[in-house]
Amino acid sequence: MDATAPISSPRPEPHLVIEASHGWQLINWRELLHYRDLFYFLVWRDIKVRYSQSVLGIGWAVIQPLFSMLVFTIVFGRLAKVSSDGAPYALFSFAAMVPWSYFANALGDSSGSLASGQSMLSKVYFPRLILPMVGVVSKLVDFVIALGVLALLMAWYRTLPTVNVVFLPLLVVIMTGTATGAGMWLSALSVQFRDIRYGMGFGLQLLMYAAPVVYPASMIPAEWQLAYALNPMVGVIEGFRSALLDTNPMPWAWIGVGALSAAALLLSGCLYFRKMERTFADVA
Amino acid sequence: MSDIAISVQNLSKRYRIGLKEQAPDTLVGAMTSWLKSPLANYRQLHKLSDFRDDPLDKQGHELGATPDDVLYALRDVSFDIKKGEVVGIIGRNGAGKSTLLKILSRITEPTSGRVEVHGRVASLLEVGTGFHPELTGRENIYLNGTILGMRKAEIDRKFDEIVAFSEIEKFLDTPVKRYSSGMSVRLAFAVAAHLEPEILIVDEVLAVGDAEFQKKCLGKMEQVSRGEGRTILFVSHQMGVVTALCQTSILLERGAVAHRGKVADVVPAYLKSGIQETGELFWPATAAPGNERVRLRAVRVLCGGQPAADVPLSAMVRLELDFENHRPGLHLNASFHLLDKLGNCILATGNLPSASLTPDQWGGHPHPPGHYRVACELPAHFLNEENYAISAFVVSNVNCIEAQAPQCLAFRAHDDGAMRHEYTGGWCGMIRPRLPWFSERLA
Repeated sequence: MDATAPISSPRPEPHLVIEASHGWQLINWRELLHYRDLFYFLVWRDIKVRYSQSVLGIGWAVIQPLFSMLVFTIVFGRLAKVSSDGAPYALFSFAAMVPWSYFANALGDSSGSLASGQSMLSKVYFPRLILPMVGVVSKLVDFVIALGVLALLMAWYRTLPTVNVVFLPLLVVIMTGTATGAGMWLSALSVQFRDIRYGMGFGLQLLMYAAPVVYPASMIPAEWQLAYALNPMVGVIEGFRSALLDTNPMPWAWIGVGALSAAALLLSGCLYFRKMERTFADVA
Repeated sequence: MSDIAISVQNLSKRYRIGLKEQAPDTLVGAMTSWLKSPLANYRQLHKLSDFRDDPLDKQGHELGATPDDVLYALRDVSFDIKKGEVVGIIGRNGAGKSTLLKILSRITEPTSGRVEVHGRVASLLEVGTGFHPELTGRENIYLNGTILGMRKAEIDRKFDEIVAFSEIEKFLDTPVKRYSSGMSVRLAFAVAAHLEPEILIVDEVLAVGDAEFQKKCLGKMEQVSRGEGRTILFVSHQMGVVTALCQTSILLERGAVAHRGKVADVVPAYLKSGIQETGELFWPATAAPGNERVRLRAVRVLCGGQPAADVPLSAMVRLELDFENHRPGLHLNASFHLLDKLGNCILATGNLPSASLTPDQWGGHPHPPGHYRVACELPAHFLNEENYAISAFVVSNVNCIEAQAPQCLAFRAHDDGAMRHEYTGGWCGMIRPRLPWFSERLA
């Protein structure tokens, strides 16, 4: 039973040098590729464990944006009479809640990933970059479910998406890129500064008002709109509304600015993470 | 292709340990320092990750970077390990073993120096890393396997073998949280035992699990090393295991290589190192273990009133320590550990009121500043013919160690025949107490 076959290694013998690293470095793609199975299993664990032993299970992925939407519709739509660019307010806010709640959950997960994976960090080597990326990918499941609910809601209101719906994947890429970039920054910072962990939930709540979730971006004064769109989620959310609800023409200027700042966030986050990762095991 | 598997050259690792905080002594002082604390906290937290090449030169003294807060876990360590060599790394706590393994398994980076590794490495510093209690045994095998660096295809191939090794076939689809602790350890081990790297780095993980399963794992490791010619680095405190498993050994002392050679030469050096066999140990005031509150000044093993390194089994042995208290009113007590020659704790005792047989005037009570002497007695006919070591501690508030001298004195107990009037053969056991016995005829 124990007679294991000797390993045949036709590959050249790996040669590894360990020494103190200096300066900035980007992603080691080959290594990430080697660890793709680990990435896959961590994502899968995240999804499987997230709603285990809960009655509603995956229903929680829907409840959060749905109830926020109900509250917003009553408070901002009915009571405060905030403009919704001509769409029914419920649809208007839900179309924003779908990407926003993805972003908030992914970022929350991602920024806490190193802290919660600390026992792994100090016991075994793997590309650390995997950890913040796991949450970003696994929350896409919730996102897709919420998107399904949005489709049902649109059917209920008899709203048809525009042809611009083909650009949704692009918006999703910007959205996940933003969450990844911010997640790298915050997770690396939170290893050293616990404040990030404590401030996260509250910060995300405040941030929601910096994105056009409960109000349309058209309410922002025109001269400030491009600066406002530096928040990549502005372009994403307004893009979702334009593509699905036909509120406005596709806001390409905002999407463009947002894509640039998302790219900057991703690149800088990656660099910072890679610079800090060598001390994770010592500081965590 | 050379025959060197791991080559370590001038490896050093420096840590920053926590800086001493200045305690304010007035209310105003306390309030201002509380207000300033975010800034101070930021500096301190930031410094934890600041491992610049020479903190003294670059940062100067204004941030308080004195050598006190820099600790060399490893200093200028060099050695080579040949392919197929099974090496035991031994040393006391704090000698740098774990740091060395962490660097070799790339968990942390060295401060300076270089390691070259030829071959695929897997390291096992803990069993069951990444195990998730909500997942089933089957799922955890895959998760843990990939965490340890296996590919999914590799796990698929070995899956049945892993399950058979773990002996948990029936519970494969039960969440691990419903496993007994023994079962999850077995499962974790089964995964680890089936890693097939060319170089395996193992920390003291064999200490868990029941004895029979440990044996099985040792067997598997032996088979792997002997049968398949794999290089293994193995850290353990159990000299028996090291001797059985390894051909060569590295003894680390205070972050440096103290001995490197055949197991048979290095292990005795380890067992002798650092332990005094004089029956008595003094420290000058400047070098005494402890802190500004309490300092340990002397530890003694006494027999018949004299310091002794060799005591007869029929005699009472007195363990004694002297300490100084500098803070009025500290609730202090003393504690001794009696250890076997491999460093396993045989017993721990302290002079707390409910833990001592005789009422001790001071044990656990407030101590005015001064010199104190505390002693405890091991009864006659209690030890076995063995080598023992003791660790001494002074503790405040029952569980805060103020001063300690781990494994500071060694002594030997020799059989003087007092219990040998009838039986003269080998007598097993770490201790050999003379106990009350009762027999009666029932029919």
